[in-house]
Amino acid sequence: MHLDLNLIWYFLVGILLTGYAVLDGFDMGVGALHLFTRTDRDRRIMLNAIGPVWDGNEVWLVTGGGALFAAFPDVYATVFSGFYMAFMLLLFALIFRAVAIEFRGKEPMGWWHQVWDVCFSLSSVVSSLLIGVALGNLIWGVPIGADKEFQGNFFTLIHPYSLGVGVLVLAAFMMHGAIYAAMKTEGELHEQARGWVRNSMIFFVAAYLVTTVATLIHVPRMFAAFGRYPALFLLPLVNVLAIANIPRVMAKGKDFQAFLSSCVSLFSLMAIFGIGMMPDLVYSTLDPQWSLTLYNAASSPKTLGIMLVIALIGMPLVVGYTVSIYWIFRGKVKLENTSY
Amino acid sequence: MDVVLLSRIQFALTIAFHYIFPPISIGLGVILVVMEGLFLKTKNPLYERMAHFWVKVFGLVFAIGVASGIVMEFQFGTNWSYYSRYVGDVFGSALAAEGVFAFFLESGFLAILLFGWNKVGPKMHFFSTLMVSLGAMFSAIWIVVANSWMQTPAGYHIVGEGLRQRAEITDFLALVFNPSSMDRLLHVLLAAWQTGAWLAISVGAFYLLKKRHEDFAKASIKIGLVVALLSSVLQLFSGHSSAIIVSKYQPVKLAAMEGVYEASAPAGMWLFGYVDEKNEKVLGLGMPRLLSLMVHFNSSTPVQGLRSVAVKDRPPVQATFQAYHLMVMIGMGLIGLSMLGCFLWWRGKLFETAWVLKLFVIAVIGPQFANQFGWMTAEIGRQPWIVYGLLRTEQGVSRVVSAGNVLASIILFSCVYALLLFLFLFLLNQKIKAGPVEEAGPSQTA
Repeated sequence: MHLDLNLIWYFLVGILLTGYAVLDGFDMGVGALHLFTRTDRDRRIMLNAIGPVWDGNEVWLVTGGGALFAAFPDVYATVFSGFYMAFMLLLFALIFRAVAIEFRGKEPMGWWHQVWDVCFSLSSVVSSLLIGVALGNLIWGVPIGADKEFQGNFFTLIHPYSLGVGVLVLAAFMMHGAIYAAMKTEGELHEQARGWVRNSMIFFVAAYLVTTVATLIHVPRMFAAFGRYPALFLLPLVNVLAIANIPRVMAKGKDFQAFLSSCVSLFSLMAIFGIGMMPDLVYSTLDPQWSLTLYNAASSPKTLGIMLVIALIGMPLVVGYTVSIYWIFRGKVKLENTSY
Repeated sequence: MDVVLLSRIQFALTIAFHYIFPPISIGLGVILVVMEGLFLKTKNPLYERMAHFWVKVFGLVFAIGVASGIVMEFQFGTNWSYYSRYVGDVFGSALAAEGVFAFFLESGFLAILLFGWNKVGPKMHFFSTLMVSLGAMFSAIWIVVANSWMQTPAGYHIVGEGLRQRAEITDFLALVFNPSSMDRLLHVLLAAWQTGAWLAISVGAFYLLKKRHEDFAKASIKIGLVVALLSSVLQLFSGHSSAIIVSKYQPVKLAAMEGVYEASAPAGMWLFGYVDEKNEKVLGLGMPRLLSLMVHFNSSTPVQGLRSVAVKDRPPVQATFQAYHLMVMIGMGLIGLSMLGCFLWWRGKLFETAWVLKLFVIAVIGPQFANQFGWMTAEIGRQPWIVYGLLRTEQGVSRVVSAGNVLASIILFSCVYALLLFLFLFLLNQKIKAGPVEEAGPSQTA
């Protein structure tokens, strides 16, 4: 396989979706942990920890979706129409998540806060699970016909493997969110968040081991590339080291380093996924010939070239704003009169 | 019901709901830039209090806009997958560009706009407001470019056969500057500025009538009126220029807008009317030959009518006609109202004239309805095509999604959106009732 525009776009779409996993991953995780807090004030702190950034984090998904549409229209069309009800559920979860964050602080009543707390937490859990189930199906493969269309229904997508990956993604986001919460909080809530990091790491490592073994047994094609290019084993190595580094630096109270390690572990997991899938974006369980690949599902080279120019102009700016915003809002959360 | 009709209903429902919010964000963005700019220039704390108040409203509007906007982006794939395959190469690029150039800019600086009051200085805050406002407009650019390509496709060629057929870009600049995109973009932006301006005017008028926050109210009305007057008068020219583009590139749509049936004859314009679709004529009050004059600058030049094409190639005439005329009527009303407001302001009587202030309070819904009717004209008038002259709407639908599934999602969207609209109006109303802080403090409590 040589480097061409199709391959570049496979990586770029991958990077956008990885950016989504690494960034929105922690605010989904904060959402999943939200109800474990004890007081109304703690919940406000949790919300304000992600307040300035969650919306920008979600843009990675929106842009990733747009890039998928532009670069691999057949994949966008097949997956979104084929996984219809799953995507509708994801959309409703994302809608409720966004409005719960915005609405919660708008009224003083206790019941109002509680309703939106539950909404926020539940929608974060459901979104994480659904994203994981979608990933699980891409790894496992789905029935794609010669006409590039999905030939199943909602229940085709629900099986132990895809649910397992759903749980893995939820666990990963919870770990990631717990570390972020620890980094952004002080006092009792901080101690509590450190407890979440411990528990969610156990949850994550268990889910990680189970899905890895299941993948080795049932989906060996995901590892074919690693056999051909042994240098790629650096990725799982980095992944394991990054995960192992989390408890080490957490014990020293270095929350920021733990968060970076967590980012690296999510990034390398996504990279392993992307390399394992190559050259397929959607693997057909009916006939591997019918899989949607980075060649047969792509836009024309001309369009991929134009899009590359757009990405080269735009993405440095995006990285610039993202870094500046995180820098401006660095440090522990302080509730102010402009907070949620 | 068949899946095409259901998918169309769902798209119409979700886009109509979504389109309540972006015009407010775009319009209010401009108003916020003006307020913060005035604060920087005059150091008058009144403008800072105003900015604080409107930023809160902006945050609320933005959140629902984002939430309902993600639905729009996914829906091409979920419900219109054949369309997505067919045009992804062309149309997808505009959507991706919107993400890269608009959404990141908007959402990044929004953080400073909402939460950065005490983290950055007033100049940086002003800069962030400017960037959020620009981001909202960049988003309009790319989405209007994408939609205009569906109206007046350009810069592409068709490759492949049968189900493998699709459009591919040949000239990206021709795609972006397709014949209708810049006119329609200006039309959309001017409408959005009026939407934001009338929100500011309406809230200000409400406070004046209640004798509350009078400084704040007067300043809101003045800033709003200036923006409203400029954009509504410019809208007249923009609308005219858009109509000329429609007459050139989508003559059947123009014929439906004015209910012109005769295949080729000089045509008039209606002030209002009713289309008798069975007998193919319009009953109403109108001016003969005015359409010929307006689009061809000659009252005896013929205009292409609906009978020039087969019935199956005509849009729904009644709906297009009514949506168009309602939009124009509201637009004219808004020009009149902003002129009246500015006249009374000049005479120094505006803030004492209660009946005008009462009109101002309800005028906030005017731009909202005009926005909806304008888009209906554009989209219903484009039928039966999803891409004008290239792909028919019924061809674009997802083949693997059942009618039952779409019906289920329509029911869910209806319930969720009704709830959101109710909550939005409730919270907006609460926010307005609470009002801005009276003292020159940093902000009211959340």
